Amino acid sequence: MAGKIATRGAYGKALVELAERYPELVVLDADLAKATMTKDFAAAYPERFFDCGIAECNMVGIAAGMATAGLKPFANTFAIFAAGRAYEQVRNSVCYPHLNVKVVGSHGGISVGEDGATHQCTEDLALMRQIPGMVVVNPCDGNEMTQAVEALLNYDGPAYLRLGRPAVETFTDELEGYKFELGKGVTIAEGTDVTVAATGMMVNMARKARELLAAEGISVRVLDIHTIKPLDEELILKAARETGAIVTSEEASVLGGLGGAVAELVSAKCPVPVVRHGVEDTFGRSGTANAVLEYFGLTPERLAEKVREAVALKK
Amino acid sequence: MEKLYGKDLALKANRARLLAVEAIHRAASGHPGGSLSCLDALTALYFNEMRVDPANPQWAERDRFVLSKGHCAPALYAVLALRGFFPVEDLQMLRSIKSHLSGHPDMKYVPGVDMSTGSLGQGLSTAVGMALAAKHTGKTFRTYAICGDGEIEEGQIWEAVMAAAKWKLDNLCAFIDVNGLQIDGNTADVMPSEPLDQKLEAFNWHVVKIDGHNIDQILSALAEARSCKGMPTAILMKTVKGKGVSYMENNAGWHGKAPNADEFAIARAELEAKIKELEEN
Repeated sequence: MAGKIATRGAYGKALVELAERYPELVVLDADLAKATMTKDFAAAYPERFFDCGIAECNMVGIAAGMATAGLKPFANTFAIFAAGRAYEQVRNSVCYPHLNVKVVGSHGGISVGEDGATHQCTEDLALMRQIPGMVVVNPCDGNEMTQAVEALLNYDGPAYLRLGRPAVETFTDELEGYKFELGKGVTIAEGTDVTVAATGMMVNMARKARELLAAEGISVRVLDIHTIKPLDEELILKAARETGAIVTSEEASVLGGLGGAVAELVSAKCPVPVVRHGVEDTFGRSGTANAVLEYFGLTPERLAEKVREAVALKK
Repeated sequence: MEKLYGKDLALKANRARLLAVEAIHRAASGHPGGSLSCLDALTALYFNEMRVDPANPQWAERDRFVLSKGHCAPALYAVLALRGFFPVEDLQMLRSIKSHLSGHPDMKYVPGVDMSTGSLGQGLSTAVGMALAAKHTGKTFRTYAICGDGEIEEGQIWEAVMAAAKWKLDNLCAFIDVNGLQIDGNTADVMPSEPLDQKLEAFNWHVVKIDGHNIDQILSALAEARSCKGMPTAILMKTVKGKGVSYMENNAGWHGKAPNADEFAIARAELEAKIKELEEN
């Protein structure tokens, strides 16, 4: 594959490609089909596409009702509305009855860019992770996204899938032995001194940070944690034991998301330093995606600094 | 099951009333007022209108029901038990940690419950999803819902109302239980919703206004809903909150309060007298 594609773009293509093989798949949107990239599905399968208008809470409820009748609804809107505005509908109408609804939050994180803080959702991973029985998936590139969509079609239960707005480099297709499995992290690169457990677009930044640190003689293991819940506890505890320190990295708040999940696990089962890299406890702001990422320190350089902090904390 | 009509339905509804009030009394918590106001409609649905099979609660072709005002679970449980979905004795364990009958309907544990509800405003959307799924898959089942007249203050209800009209869901029928009261008092004071008929008509729903305690009017409204094509039907039923128990009637204080032993004795005597009267006439 190589090249660049936004995870939302890969998602939109995957829906169309998988539609024939999964006749129960139906797609709902809330007046954002051109942005969430469900527009291609809408054009190819108009009878299986349901535009619910600017009414996200109702969309989630409709998806729940459709799931009770055996359909496999994917309900799409921006992350801020899917996980934020419709939080309680996701909790009570979808997750409490454990219905087979995929809640898809596009434009997750701060790389939304110019629209600014009202549209930059940094809390979705934490919010969705809190709900009992919810699966939370945050793919790092187009290839991983494509495989995640099919995996979710084959998973019978509620899940939250986060999509990103900007084009990102596709690299997992070139990794030897790469295979997407829900709930299983991927070891992207081996290392012995410290582990970076990253999710979403930060996985590729972790690879770059690893190169920066190699020049200083620090050996960094990089894990791709595409499924934040259920967390791959075995892989993370192995990393804690073998490398003695973990840095989490996510395009989300440092409170309660991947960082929270890893800290909770490691502190209880294999206490080693855990340093969380992400958006500090603050709202986003407008700018180009790159400018915003830079402003909030979501860069390989800043991640490398966090890794040095973690290494210094060992012993 | 043979369909029930008229006096037989009224009798069944009042037996359900007694069971619901007794269950709330034993649980020492629950919502009697709204349970009693919607029980004639609920009984008509399960003993006349809806195609269901208590031996096969998950039957794919069954008609669906969503109790959008989920706090009236005791009414739904009583009707489901009388209809044979689970033993009537289970009702006496309502809200107990040992029971499958939780405070609000839970589809995972209660046979016959088609949707978990309780958070007001959400049920109607799920009913829209069911009706939409039926249209999409070419199934003929119908979907029914009961909303409260306080519940419709939730904005999501109106999102669902718009969506049901958009997709011309003539396989959807929603009762609005207009008992005029909510926790804080009169709905007209807390948040006026009238003219509800005009509002729903403006949203492209077919509207039928009835007395929600008149069995014949309930059945004819349901028949009218079935014959209405191209739009969903709302049945606005004027009801009495706490119907059938004198001291609960039209009293917002009985929205979410359980009768104590003395109060329950009065309720039982009144409902038993009503049942006896119906049996003898």
